Amino acid sequence: MNIGVLALQGAVSEHISCLKGAMEKLGIAENISLVREKEELGGLDGLIIPGGESTTHSLLLEKEGMVEGLGKIPKIFGTCAGAILISREIIGQANGQKSLGLIDMAISRNGYGRQLDSFQSPIESSLGKLDGVFIRAPVIERVGEKVEVLAEHRGKPVAVQQGKHVATTFHPELSGSTAFHEHFLRIDR
Amino acid sequence: MEEESSTPKLKKGLAQMLKGGVIMDVVTPEQAVVAEKAGAVAVMALERVPADIRAHGGVARMSDPKMIKGIMEAVSIPVMAKVRIGHFAEAQVLQAIGVDYIDESEVLTPADSEFHVEKREFDVPFVCGARNLGEALRRIDEGASMIRTKGEAGTGNIVEAVRHMRAISRELEVLEEERPADAAKRMRVPEGLVLKTIGQKRVPVVNFAAGGIATPADASLCMQLGCDGVFVGSGIFKSSGPEKMARAIVEAVAHFNDAEKIAGVSEGLGEAMRGLEISEIPEEQRLSERGV
Repeated sequence: MNIGVLALQGAVSEHISCLKGAMEKLGIAENISLVREKEELGGLDGLIIPGGESTTHSLLLEKEGMVEGLGKIPKIFGTCAGAILISREIIGQANGQKSLGLIDMAISRNGYGRQLDSFQSPIESSLGKLDGVFIRAPVIERVGEKVEVLAEHRGKPVAVQQGKHVATTFHPELSGSTAFHEHFLRIDR
Repeated sequence: MEEESSTPKLKKGLAQMLKGGVIMDVVTPEQAVVAEKAGAVAVMALERVPADIRAHGGVARMSDPKMIKGIMEAVSIPVMAKVRIGHFAEAQVLQAIGVDYIDESEVLTPADSEFHVEKREFDVPFVCGARNLGEALRRIDEGASMIRTKGEAGTGNIVEAVRHMRAISRELEVLEEERPADAAKRMRVPEGLVLKTIGQKRVPVVNFAAGGIATPADASLCMQLGCDGVFVGSGIFKSSGPEKMARAIVEAVAHFNDAEKIAGVSEGLGEAMRGLEISEIPEEQRLSERGV
Protein backbone atom coordinates (compact mmCIF):
# COMPACT_ATOMS: atom_id res chain seq x y z
CA MET A 1 0.00 0.00 0.00
CA ASN A 2 1.11 3.58 -0.68
CA ILE A 3 0.12 5.94 2.11
CA GLY A 4 0.68 9.66 1.62
CA VAL A 5 0.73 12.49 4.16
CA LEU A 6 -0.29 15.87 2.78
CA ALA A 7 2.78 17.97 3.55
CA LEU A 8 1.82 21.49 2.47
CA GLN A 9 1.47 22.72 6.07
CA GLY A 10 0.84 21.49 9.61
CA ALA A 11 1.68 18.57 11.89
CA VAL A 12 3.25 16.35 9.23
CA SER A 13 6.16 14.71 11.08
CA GLU A 14 3.86 13.74 13.97
CA HIS A 15 1.62 11.73 11.62
CA ILE A 16 4.61 10.05 10.02
CA SER A 17 5.89 8.91 13.44
CA CYS A 18 2.42 7.59 14.27
CA LEU A 19 2.13 5.77 10.95
CA LYS A 20 5.49 4.10 11.53
CA GLY A 21 4.46 3.14 15.07
CA ALA A 22 1.15 1.74 13.81
CA MET A 23 2.86 -0.28 11.08
CA GLU A 24 5.25 -1.76 13.58
CA LYS A 25 2.35 -2.81 15.80
CA LEU A 26 0.52 -4.38 12.86
CA GLY A 27 3.72 -6.02 11.61
CA ILE A 28 3.42 -4.43 8.17
CA ALA A 29 5.72 -2.15 6.17
CA GLU A 30 3.90 0.10 3.73
CA ASN A 31 5.37 2.91 1.69
CA ILE A 32 4.93 6.39 3.25
CA SER A 33 5.32 9.49 1.05
CA LEU A 34 5.09 13.25 1.52
CA VAL A 35 2.56 14.82 -0.85
CA ARG A 36 2.90 18.41 -2.04
CA GLU A 37 1.94 18.24 -5.73
CA LYS A 38 -0.86 16.97 -7.94
CA GLU A 39 1.43 14.38 -9.56
CA GLU A 40 2.18 12.85 -6.17
CA LEU A 41 -1.51 11.97 -5.62
CA GLY A 42 -1.44 9.33 -8.36
CA GLY A 43 -0.93 5.77 -7.11
CA LEU A 44 -1.87 6.57 -3.50
CA ASP A 45 -4.04 4.02 -1.68
CA GLY A 46 -4.63 6.39 1.22
CA LEU A 47 -3.85 9.91 2.37
CA ILE A 48 -3.66 11.62 5.75
CA ILE A 49 -4.61 15.31 5.85
CA PRO A 50 -2.98 16.65 9.02
CA GLY A 51 -3.97 19.40 11.40
CA GLY A 52 -2.87 22.92 10.55
CA GLU A 53 -4.80 25.93 9.33
CA SER A 54 -7.59 24.80 7.02
CA THR A 55 -7.68 28.19 5.23
CA THR A 56 -3.98 27.77 4.34
CA HIS A 57 -4.56 24.18 3.20
CA SER A 58 -7.52 25.18 1.03
CA LEU A 59 -5.58 27.93 -0.67
CA LEU A 60 -2.51 25.80 -1.41
CA LEU A 61 -4.60 22.82 -2.59
CA GLU A 62 -6.47 25.03 -5.05
CA LYS A 63 -3.28 26.69 -6.24
CA GLU A 64 -1.75 23.27 -6.91
CA GLY A 65 -4.88 22.04 -8.67
CA MET A 66 -5.09 19.13 -6.22
CA VAL A 67 -8.75 19.36 -5.21
CA GLU A 68 -10.12 17.04 -7.90
CA GLY A 69 -7.36 14.48 -7.39
CA LEU A 70 -8.06 14.30 -3.67
CA GLY A 71 -11.62 13.22 -4.34
CA LYS A 72 -10.34 10.13 -6.18
CA ILE A 73 -8.16 8.77 -3.37
CA PRO A 74 -9.61 5.48 -2.04
CA LYS A 75 -9.36 6.46 1.64
CA ILE A 76 -8.57 9.69 3.47
CA PHE A 77 -7.97 10.29 7.18
CA GLY A 78 -8.44 13.95 8.15
CA THR A 79 -7.53 15.30 11.58
CA CYS A 80 -8.74 18.72 12.81
CA ALA A 81 -8.12 20.97 9.77
CA GLY A 82 -8.13 17.76 7.70
CA ALA A 83 -11.59 16.90 9.06
CA ILE A 84 -12.84 20.33 7.98
CA LEU A 85 -11.49 19.80 4.46
CA ILE A 86 -13.22 16.44 3.91
CA SER A 87 -16.59 17.48 5.37
CA ARG A 88 -19.69 18.18 3.28
CA GLU A 89 -20.45 21.56 4.81
CA ILE A 90 -18.32 24.12 6.63
CA ILE A 91 -20.53 26.25 8.88
CA GLY A 92 -19.45 29.91 9.01
CA GLN A 93 -16.79 29.36 6.37
CA ALA A 94 -14.11 31.97 5.74
CA ASN A 95 -13.71 33.48 2.29
CA GLY A 96 -15.91 30.96 0.50
CA GLN A 97 -13.69 28.11 1.65
CA LYS A 98 -14.63 24.87 -0.14
CA SER A 99 -14.60 21.35 1.26
CA LEU A 100 -14.35 17.96 -0.46
CA GLY A 101 -17.67 16.51 0.74
CA LEU A 102 -16.26 13.03 1.44
CA ILE A 103 -18.02 12.71 4.80
CA ASP A 104 -21.63 13.79 5.17
CA MET A 105 -21.22 16.16 8.10
CA ALA A 106 -21.59 19.85 8.89
CA ILE A 107 -18.62 21.18 10.83
CA SER A 108 -17.92 24.57 12.41
CA ARG A 109 -14.36 25.89 12.55
CA ASN A 110 -12.94 26.79 15.97
CA GLY A 111 -16.23 25.54 17.38
CA TYR A 112 -15.01 25.49 21.00
CA GLY A 113 -13.39 28.94 20.78
CA ARG A 114 -9.83 30.23 20.84
CA GLN A 115 -6.58 28.73 22.19
CA LEU A 116 -7.61 29.38 25.82
CA ASP A 117 -10.60 27.07 25.16
CA SER A 118 -8.38 24.29 23.79
CA PHE A 119 -8.53 21.21 26.02
CA GLN A 120 -7.34 17.68 26.68
CA SER A 121 -9.76 14.99 27.77
CA PRO A 122 -9.90 11.20 27.90
CA ILE A 123 -12.04 9.95 25.01
CA GLU A 124 -13.94 6.65 24.88
CA SER A 125 -13.95 5.58 21.26
CA SER A 126 -14.93 2.35 19.52
CA LEU A 127 -11.16 1.93 19.07
CA GLY A 128 -10.51 2.16 22.81
CA LYS A 129 -9.75 4.88 25.30
CA LEU A 130 -7.29 7.60 24.35
CA ASP A 131 -6.10 11.08 25.26
CA GLY A 132 -8.14 13.51 23.17
CA VAL A 133 -6.12 16.62 22.31
CA PHE A 134 -8.42 19.41 21.04
CA ILE A 135 -6.55 22.49 19.77
CA ARG A 136 -8.76 25.29 18.46
CA ALA A 137 -10.75 22.31 17.30
CA PRO A 138 -13.77 22.27 14.99
CA VAL A 139 -17.14 20.93 16.17
CA ILE A 140 -19.16 18.41 14.14
CA GLU A 141 -22.69 19.80 14.44
CA ARG A 142 -24.59 17.26 12.30
CA VAL A 143 -23.85 13.97 10.57
CA GLY A 144 -25.77 12.14 7.83
CA GLU A 145 -27.28 8.63 8.12
CA LYS A 146 -24.35 6.91 6.46
CA VAL A 147 -21.84 8.29 8.93
CA GLU A 148 -20.65 6.01 11.71
CA VAL A 149 -19.73 7.83 14.93
CA LEU A 150 -16.53 6.34 16.44
CA ALA A 151 -16.36 8.68 19.44
CA GLU A 152 -18.37 11.46 21.09
CA HIS A 153 -17.46 14.18 23.54
CA ARG A 154 -19.71 16.85 25.13
CA GLY A 155 -22.57 15.21 23.22
CA LYS A 156 -21.03 15.84 19.77
CA PRO A 157 -19.26 13.40 17.44
CA VAL A 158 -15.46 13.85 17.56
CA ALA A 159 -14.43 10.85 15.46
CA VAL A 160 -16.46 9.64 12.46
CA GLN A 161 -16.21 7.32 9.48
CA GLN A 162 -18.12 7.14 6.23
CA GLY A 163 -17.14 4.26 3.97
CA LYS A 164 -13.37 4.27 3.96
CA HIS A 165 -12.89 7.88 5.02
CA VAL A 166 -12.14 8.75 8.65
CA ALA A 167 -12.13 12.11 10.43
CA THR A 168 -11.30 13.25 13.97
CA THR A 169 -11.68 16.76 15.37
CA PHE A 170 -8.91 16.01 17.91
CA HIS A 171 -5.27 15.10 17.25
CA PRO A 172 -4.64 11.35 17.52
CA GLU A 173 -1.07 12.06 16.34
CA LEU A 174 -0.47 13.87 19.67
CA SER A 175 -2.29 11.33 21.85
CA GLY A 176 0.51 8.81 22.31
CA SER A 177 -1.81 6.13 20.90
CA THR A 178 -1.61 4.68 17.38
CA ALA A 179 -5.11 3.16 17.48
CA PHE A 180 -6.59 5.49 14.84
CA HIS A 181 -3.61 5.10 12.53
CA GLU A 182 -3.79 1.30 12.87
CA HIS A 183 -7.51 1.44 12.09
CA PHE A 184 -6.90 3.61 9.02
CA LEU A 185 -4.17 1.27 7.75
CA ARG A 186 -6.43 -1.78 8.19
CA ILE A 187 -9.24 -0.33 6.06
CA ASP A 188 -9.27 -2.12 2.69
CA ARG A 189 -6.37 -4.37 3.58
CA MET B 1 -14.86 14.61 33.53
CA GLU B 2 -11.11 15.03 33.62
CA GLU B 3 -10.88 17.85 31.11
CA GLU B 4 -7.77 20.00 31.29
CA SER B 5 -6.86 23.22 29.50
CA SER B 6 -3.60 25.15 28.98
CA THR B 7 -1.44 22.02 29.42
CA PRO B 8 2.12 22.01 27.98
CA LYS B 9 0.85 19.63 25.27
CA LEU B 10 -1.85 22.11 24.20
CA LYS B 11 0.52 25.07 24.30
CA LYS B 12 3.23 23.33 22.26
CA GLY B 13 0.58 21.66 20.13
CA LEU B 14 -0.74 24.90 18.66
CA ALA B 15 2.79 25.72 17.46
CA GLN B 16 2.99 22.24 15.91
CA MET B 17 -0.13 23.07 13.89
CA LEU B 18 1.57 26.22 12.55
CA LYS B 19 4.57 24.33 11.11
CA GLY B 20 5.25 24.85 7.43
CA GLY B 21 3.40 28.14 7.63
CA VAL B 22 3.89 31.89 7.56
CA ILE B 23 2.98 34.19 10.46
CA MET B 24 2.52 37.76 9.27
CA ASP B 25 2.77 41.09 11.12
CA VAL B 26 -0.37 43.19 10.63
CA VAL B 27 -1.31 46.61 11.99
CA THR B 28 -5.01 46.83 10.98
CA PRO B 29 -7.96 44.43 10.62
CA GLU B 30 -7.81 45.08 6.85
CA GLN B 31 -4.20 43.87 6.70
CA ALA B 32 -5.15 40.85 8.81
CA VAL B 33 -7.79 39.89 6.24
CA VAL B 34 -5.23 40.27 3.43
CA ALA B 35 -2.87 37.98 5.38
CA GLU B 36 -5.57 35.36 6.00
CA LYS B 37 -6.66 35.37 2.35
CA ALA B 38 -3.04 34.97 1.28
CA GLY B 39 -2.77 31.79 3.40
CA ALA B 40 -1.07 33.01 6.60
CA VAL B 41 -1.34 30.43 9.42
CA ALA B 42 -1.51 33.19 12.03
CA VAL B 43 -1.10 36.95 12.35
CA MET B 44 0.91 39.06 14.76
CA ALA B 45 -1.17 42.09 15.75
CA LEU B 46 0.86 45.20 16.50
CA GLU B 47 0.64 48.97 16.15
CA ARG B 48 3.77 49.40 14.06
CA VAL B 49 5.81 46.89 12.08
CA PRO B 50 9.45 46.66 13.26
CA ALA B 51 10.74 48.87 10.40
CA ASP B 52 8.46 51.68 11.63
CA ILE B 53 9.40 51.05 15.27
CA ARG B 54 13.02 51.64 14.22
CA ALA B 55 12.12 54.80 12.31
CA HIS B 56 9.85 56.11 15.06
CA GLY B 57 12.29 55.66 17.95
CA GLY B 58 11.20 56.15 21.57
CA VAL B 59 9.80 53.40 23.80
CA ALA B 60 7.92 50.63 21.97
CA ARG B 61 5.18 49.02 24.08
CA MET B 62 2.36 46.48 23.87
CA SER B 63 -0.32 47.55 21.36
CA ASP B 64 -3.73 49.01 22.20
CA PRO B 65 -6.01 46.10 23.29
CA LYS B 66 -8.83 47.60 21.21
CA MET B 67 -6.72 47.33 18.08
CA ILE B 68 -5.74 43.73 18.91
CA LYS B 69 -9.39 42.82 19.56
CA GLY B 70 -10.35 44.35 16.21
CA ILE B 71 -7.91 42.01 14.50
CA MET B 72 -9.15 39.01 16.53
CA GLU B 73 -12.66 39.73 15.28
CA ALA B 74 -11.57 40.19 11.67
CA VAL B 75 -9.95 36.80 11.07
CA SER B 76 -10.50 33.11 11.91
CA ILE B 77 -6.79 32.20 12.17
CA PRO B 78 -4.80 32.45 15.44
CA VAL B 79 -3.82 35.95 16.58
CA MET B 80 -0.54 36.63 18.39
CA ALA B 81 0.58 39.85 20.05
CA LYS B 82 3.80 41.17 21.56
CA VAL B 83 4.82 42.14 25.09
CA ARG B 84 8.03 43.76 26.25
CA ILE B 85 10.68 41.39 27.66
CA GLY B 86 9.91 40.80 31.34
CA HIS B 87 6.66 42.82 31.29
CA PHE B 88 4.37 40.30 32.95
CA ALA B 89 1.61 42.87 33.43
CA GLU B 90 1.37 43.43 29.67
CA ALA B 91 1.23 39.63 29.31
CA GLN B 92 -1.63 39.52 31.84
CA VAL B 93 -3.50 42.08 29.72
CA LEU B 94 -3.05 40.05 26.54
CA GLN B 95 -4.20 36.91 28.37
CA ALA B 96 -7.26 38.81 29.63
CA ILE B 97 -8.28 39.73 26.08
CA GLY B 98 -7.66 36.12 24.99
CA VAL B 99 -4.96 36.28 22.30
CA ASP B 100 -3.85 32.84 21.08
CA TYR B 101 -0.08 33.32 21.55
CA ILE B 102 2.11 35.93 23.24
CA ASP B 103 5.47 36.95 21.73
CA GLU B 104 7.84 38.17 24.44
CA SER B 105 9.75 40.26 21.98
CA GLU B 106 13.03 42.13 21.74
CA VAL B 107 11.35 44.27 19.04
CA LEU B 108 9.65 46.18 21.86
CA THR B 109 11.70 48.08 24.45
CA PRO B 110 12.67 45.67 27.27
CA ALA B 111 10.93 46.26 30.60
CA ASP B 112 13.23 44.16 32.77
CA SER B 113 16.98 44.00 32.26
CA GLU B 114 17.31 40.92 34.47
CA PHE B 115 14.30 38.64 34.11
CA HIS B 116 12.02 37.37 31.38
CA VAL B 117 8.35 36.68 32.07
CA GLU B 118 7.72 33.49 34.10
CA LYS B 119 5.80 31.98 31.24
CA ARG B 120 4.71 28.78 33.00
CA GLU B 121 2.36 30.84 35.17
CA PHE B 122 0.30 31.81 32.12
CA ASP B 123 -2.48 29.92 30.36
CA VAL B 124 -1.68 31.51 26.99
CA PRO B 125 1.39 29.98 25.31
CA PHE B 126 4.50 32.07 24.59
CA VAL B 127 6.98 32.35 21.74
CA CYS B 128 10.41 33.89 22.38
CA GLY B 129 13.39 34.91 20.27
CA ALA B 130 16.85 33.32 20.46
CA ARG B 131 20.24 33.83 18.84
CA ASN B 132 21.78 30.58 20.02
CA LEU B 133 20.95 27.30 21.73
CA GLY B 134 21.57 28.62 25.24
CA GLU B 135 19.05 31.44 24.76
CA ALA B 136 16.53 29.02 23.24
CA LEU B 137 16.81 26.55 26.12
CA ARG B 138 16.66 29.29 28.79
CA ARG B 139 13.43 30.56 27.26
CA ILE B 140 12.00 27.02 27.10
CA ASP B 141 13.00 26.50 30.73
CA GLU B 142 11.03 29.66 31.60
CA GLY B 143 8.04 28.11 29.84
CA ALA B 144 8.23 29.21 26.19
CA SER B 145 6.25 26.77 24.01
CA MET B 146 7.77 27.94 20.74
CA ILE B 147 11.07 29.54 19.70
CA ARG B 148 12.00 31.82 16.81
CA THR B 149 15.35 33.21 15.74
CA LYS B 150 15.74 36.86 16.61
CA GLY B 151 17.32 37.85 13.34
CA GLU B 152 17.46 41.65 13.14
CA ALA B 153 13.83 42.76 12.92
CA GLY B 154 12.76 45.59 10.66
CA THR B 155 15.87 45.46 8.45
CA GLY B 156 14.73 43.28 5.55
CA ASN B 157 18.19 41.81 5.90
CA ILE B 158 18.31 38.03 6.38
CA VAL B 159 21.93 37.83 7.50
CA GLU B 160 21.26 37.82 11.25
CA ALA B 161 18.49 35.19 11.08
CA VAL B 162 20.85 32.96 9.10
CA ARG B 163 23.59 33.55 11.66
CA HIS B 164 21.23 32.52 14.48
CA MET B 165 19.97 29.41 12.69
CA ARG B 166 23.49 28.29 11.86
CA ALA B 167 24.63 28.93 15.44
CA ILE B 168 21.83 26.71 16.79
CA SER B 169 22.55 23.92 14.26
CA ARG B 170 26.28 24.01 15.01
CA GLU B 171 25.69 23.91 18.76
CA LEU B 172 23.27 20.98 18.39
CA GLU B 173 25.88 19.05 16.40
CA VAL B 174 28.55 19.30 19.08
CA LEU B 175 26.25 19.07 22.12
CA GLU B 176 26.82 15.34 22.50
CA GLU B 177 30.57 15.82 22.82
CA GLU B 178 30.16 17.77 26.05
CA ARG B 179 29.16 16.26 29.40
CA PRO B 180 25.43 17.08 29.78
CA ALA B 181 26.05 18.49 33.26
CA ASP B 182 28.72 20.85 31.90
CA ALA B 183 26.51 21.95 29.00
CA ALA B 184 23.65 22.57 31.43
CA LYS B 185 25.88 24.71 33.65
CA ARG B 186 27.30 26.65 30.70
CA MET B 187 23.84 27.39 29.28
CA ARG B 188 22.27 27.89 32.74
CA VAL B 189 19.47 25.35 32.24
CA PRO B 190 18.52 22.06 33.96
CA GLU B 191 20.40 18.97 32.82
CA GLY B 192 17.12 17.24 31.96
CA LEU B 193 16.45 19.84 29.26
CA VAL B 194 19.92 19.27 27.78
CA LEU B 195 19.32 15.51 27.71
CA LYS B 196 15.95 16.03 26.04
CA THR B 197 17.59 18.25 23.41
CA ILE B 198 20.31 15.66 22.73
CA GLY B 199 17.66 12.93 22.47
CA GLN B 200 15.59 14.87 19.92
CA LYS B 201 18.65 16.28 18.11
CA ARG B 202 16.80 19.60 17.77
CA VAL B 203 15.40 22.51 19.76
CA PRO B 204 12.74 20.58 21.72
CA VAL B 205 9.84 22.86 20.66
CA VAL B 206 8.74 24.23 17.27
CA ASN B 207 11.39 26.62 15.97
CA PHE B 208 10.57 29.33 13.41
CA ALA B 209 12.81 31.80 11.61
CA ALA B 210 12.21 35.53 12.09
CA GLY B 211 13.88 38.87 11.55
CA GLY B 212 14.70 40.18 8.08
CA ILE B 213 12.71 37.86 5.80
CA ALA B 214 11.70 39.96 2.76
CA THR B 215 11.37 37.64 -0.27
CA PRO B 216 10.14 34.11 -1.17
CA ALA B 217 13.79 33.03 -1.58
CA ASP B 218 14.60 34.33 1.94
CA ALA B 219 11.78 32.12 3.27
CA SER B 220 13.04 29.12 1.31
CA LEU B 221 16.58 29.70 2.62
CA CYS B 222 15.35 29.60 6.23
CA MET B 223 13.28 26.45 5.60
CA GLN B 224 16.22 24.72 3.91
CA LEU B 225 18.39 25.60 6.91
CA GLY B 226 15.97 23.55 8.99
CA CYS B 227 13.47 25.90 10.60
CA ASP B 228 9.82 24.82 10.98
CA GLY B 229 8.20 27.93 9.48
CA VAL B 230 8.69 31.70 9.22
CA PHE B 231 7.54 34.98 10.70
CA VAL B 232 7.45 37.88 8.25
CA GLY B 233 7.32 41.26 9.90
CA SER B 234 7.89 44.33 7.79
CA GLY B 235 8.61 42.26 4.65
CA ILE B 236 5.01 42.05 3.47
CA PHE B 237 3.31 45.35 4.15
CA LYS B 238 6.48 47.35 3.43
CA SER B 239 6.74 45.83 -0.07
CA SER B 240 5.16 47.52 -3.09
CA GLY B 241 2.58 44.70 -3.57
CA PRO B 242 1.67 43.20 -0.18
CA GLU B 243 -1.04 40.79 -1.41
CA LYS B 244 1.16 39.24 -4.04
CA MET B 245 4.20 39.15 -1.76
CA ALA B 246 2.17 37.47 1.02
CA ARG B 247 0.89 34.73 -1.29
CA ALA B 248 4.33 34.22 -2.80
CA ILE B 249 5.98 33.73 0.60
CA VAL B 250 3.24 31.29 1.68
CA GLU B 251 3.86 29.20 -1.43
CA ALA B 252 7.62 29.45 -1.06
CA VAL B 253 7.40 27.99 2.46
CA ALA B 254 5.07 25.16 1.41
CA HIS B 255 7.34 24.26 -1.53
CA PHE B 256 10.65 25.40 -0.05
CA ASN B 257 12.65 22.68 -1.81
CA ASP B 258 11.21 23.34 -5.27
CA ALA B 259 13.32 26.03 -6.94
CA GLU B 260 11.14 26.12 -10.06
CA LYS B 261 8.06 26.95 -7.98
CA ILE B 262 9.96 29.60 -6.07
CA ALA B 263 11.16 31.08 -9.33
CA GLY B 264 7.55 31.18 -10.51
CA VAL B 265 6.19 32.95 -7.43
CA SER B 266 9.13 35.39 -7.36
CA GLU B 267 8.25 36.82 -10.80
CA GLY B 268 6.91 40.35 -10.98
CA LEU B 269 6.53 40.92 -7.24
CA GLY B 270 7.54 44.56 -7.53
CA GLU B 271 9.87 46.01 -4.97
CA ALA B 272 10.69 44.17 -1.75
CA MET B 273 11.12 46.38 1.32
CA ARG B 274 14.14 48.60 0.97
CA GLY B 275 16.17 47.15 3.83
CA LEU B 276 19.09 48.09 6.01
CA GLU B 277 22.72 47.02 6.13
CA ILE B 278 23.41 45.75 9.66
CA SER B 279 26.74 47.61 10.02
CA GLU B 280 24.86 50.88 9.47
CA ILE B 281 22.79 50.29 12.61
CA PRO B 282 24.44 51.72 15.75
CA GLU B 283 25.11 48.91 18.19
CA GLU B 284 22.73 50.25 20.83
CA GLN B 285 19.91 50.08 18.26
CA ARG B 286 20.46 46.39 17.43
CA LEU B 287 17.39 44.57 18.72
CA SER B 288 18.86 41.07 18.84
CA GLU B 289 21.19 42.01 21.70
CA ARG B 290 18.19 42.54 23.96
CA GLY B 291 17.09 39.89 26.49
CA VAL B 292 19.71 37.16 26.28
